Amino acid sequence: MATEIIRLVDVTKIYGDGDATVRAVDGVSLLVHEGDFIAVMGPSGSGKSTLMHILGCLDVPTSGEYRFAGEDVARMNERELASIRNRRIGFVFQQFHLLSSMSAWRNVELPLLYRTAHERKQTALNALAQVGLSGRVQHRPNQLSGGQQQRVAIARALVTDPTMILADEPTGNLDSRASREVLDILTGLNKSGHTIVLITHDPIVASVAERVVEMADGHLRERVAA
Amino acid sequence: MSLLRTFDTGMRGLLGHRLRSILTTLGILFGVAAVICTVGIGTASADSVNSSIAALGTNLLTVSPGSTVSFGVRGGAGSANTLTMDDVAGLEDKQDAPDISAVAPVVSGTATLVSTSSNESTTVQGTTASWLAANARALSSGVFVTSKEVQKHAQVVVLGATTASDLNAVVGDQVTINGNPFQVIGILTSSGSTGFTNNDDLAVIPITTAQDEVTGGSPNSVQRILLSATSSATIGSAYLEADQLLLQTHHITNTASADFNITSASTLASTAASVTTTLTILLASVAAISLLVGGIGVMNIMLVSVTERTQEIGLRKALGATPRDLLRQFLIEAATLSFVGGVLGVAAALLAGFLVPRLANIAVTITATPVIIAVAVAAGVGLIFGVYPAARAARLAPIAALRAE
Repeated sequence: MATEIIRLVDVTKIYGDGDATVRAVDGVSLLVHEGDFIAVMGPSGSGKSTLMHILGCLDVPTSGEYRFAGEDVARMNERELASIRNRRIGFVFQQFHLLSSMSAWRNVELPLLYRTAHERKQTALNALAQVGLSGRVQHRPNQLSGGQQQRVAIARALVTDPTMILADEPTGNLDSRASREVLDILTGLNKSGHTIVLITHDPIVASVAERVVEMADGHLRERVAA
Repeated sequence: MSLLRTFDTGMRGLLGHRLRSILTTLGILFGVAAVICTVGIGTASADSVNSSIAALGTNLLTVSPGSTVSFGVRGGAGSANTLTMDDVAGLEDKQDAPDISAVAPVVSGTATLVSTSSNESTTVQGTTASWLAANARALSSGVFVTSKEVQKHAQVVVLGATTASDLNAVVGDQVTINGNPFQVIGILTSSGSTGFTNNDDLAVIPITTAQDEVTGGSPNSVQRILLSATSSATIGSAYLEADQLLLQTHHITNTASADFNITSASTLASTAASVTTTLTILLASVAAISLLVGGIGVMNIMLVSVTERTQEIGLRKALGATPRDLLRQFLIEAATLSFVGGVLGVAAALLAGFLVPRLANIAVTITATPVIIAVAVAAGVGLIFGVYPAARAARLAPIAALRAE
């Protein structure tokens, strides 16, 4: 039995107060094991982004239990959360979120600055090689195509060798060819043992995952393979 | 994150946003330089006012007649004609008045001077040979009235610089004063104006001649006596000696009923000192305002840049930066900009202090105090407004910062 990475038990996230409260995530329970490739599907407004923020320790649930690799996230302080994000989770965002003033390898190096790391440049170059961008290490984000920018972002996510890679609509801003490349890289990373949580509204994108769960109105539902 | 690595990150942040860094540095640079230069110009003009007052002769005393008391009614100051040539002789006595170096009696009136090319109405002063020394004046050409010419009621005149150029007269020319022919024997150097008096618009002739032909009156009576102390340090004792002597010769025992007044140029100096203080306060306020404006400029750039960098803060947090890491990074960025801006500002001010007096006729005196205050305020503004908004952004939830527009 593989190690448990994510355990959500009856997690709820409420925004606003009074009559304007929104239960963005409502009583969600989920179990993810090491090496899984899971897609969270749902239309916009279904609460999948909020779920992703909770999973990524970018936000804390209003109620319910969240254990990441056995540790209770609700009890962590800001520094411990920062440490979890840095060591255990790699983020890939829809808008890439690269720093425009820095070259590709400097962007990939960023997470290494917030931990004890030696040979940061070599580690960053290796990560760029893994996503096939060895020839673009000195390029600024604005000198790269959208697909290349997202590959730089993936290199940044995997440079710390995280337990889990959390990808939020990674193909949302890409054409079909670039999307294919990005999804191939994620599949490859999963094959080499990384746990991947992919959030998307697109069933075709979701189909690359081994397991698909659907979000609707804050509730989570397992989709049984046809 | 280690301090060295934070420093590296901070520097990279500055170089990555070159335009913003340059603008902030310029804001601090100009604020600092403006304050130093403004105060420098103020200090220099205060010095210049003081030294031109010193040039007037702070060791000069003027004895003028006091008020008369007739039938218990006191006349206005100067209504009496109590000063005489005997007083002059008494004050010239080196035994009784060792601290008085020159004594010059003066009678004056207004007269019309006519040269071959024009005519001018001006002040004519009748005096003796000591006038030049007592007034601390000098000649640009020719000679001054001598004692012999005073005795002989000579028809000679020494002209002020303005009068000479107005009359188009040079040494050796003939001019007429109230119709009487005079020979120009000297021209005074220019000494500028004090308040409403132009010290260069006058004609000086022997006192005896003046009494004959301009002012009239008794040959023994004088309107004013100019005294000069041996130095500005002895002006106090010269004052006392003159006071004592005149009280004695006028047979006055009660100083309150003295029929003369002694005033000194140091009275003028103290007036000037208060004017200078006002000037300095004015310039300091201007400097403070320019510092404030510079500070607001720096504040704006810093606030805008932090807002603009909220996404970066969010991303760095998502990647594992703690609020402390971010705070340190922004502190280093702001401190570097403030330091570089401050140093360049001081350098620019020193350069201006060197160039301006050479290119324009403006003196600049740079002193330490404004330099320290300007740099401290600029650096403080840079630090506070560079760090405070960043500290607030660093406390946001990472996702809120990441989604900021």
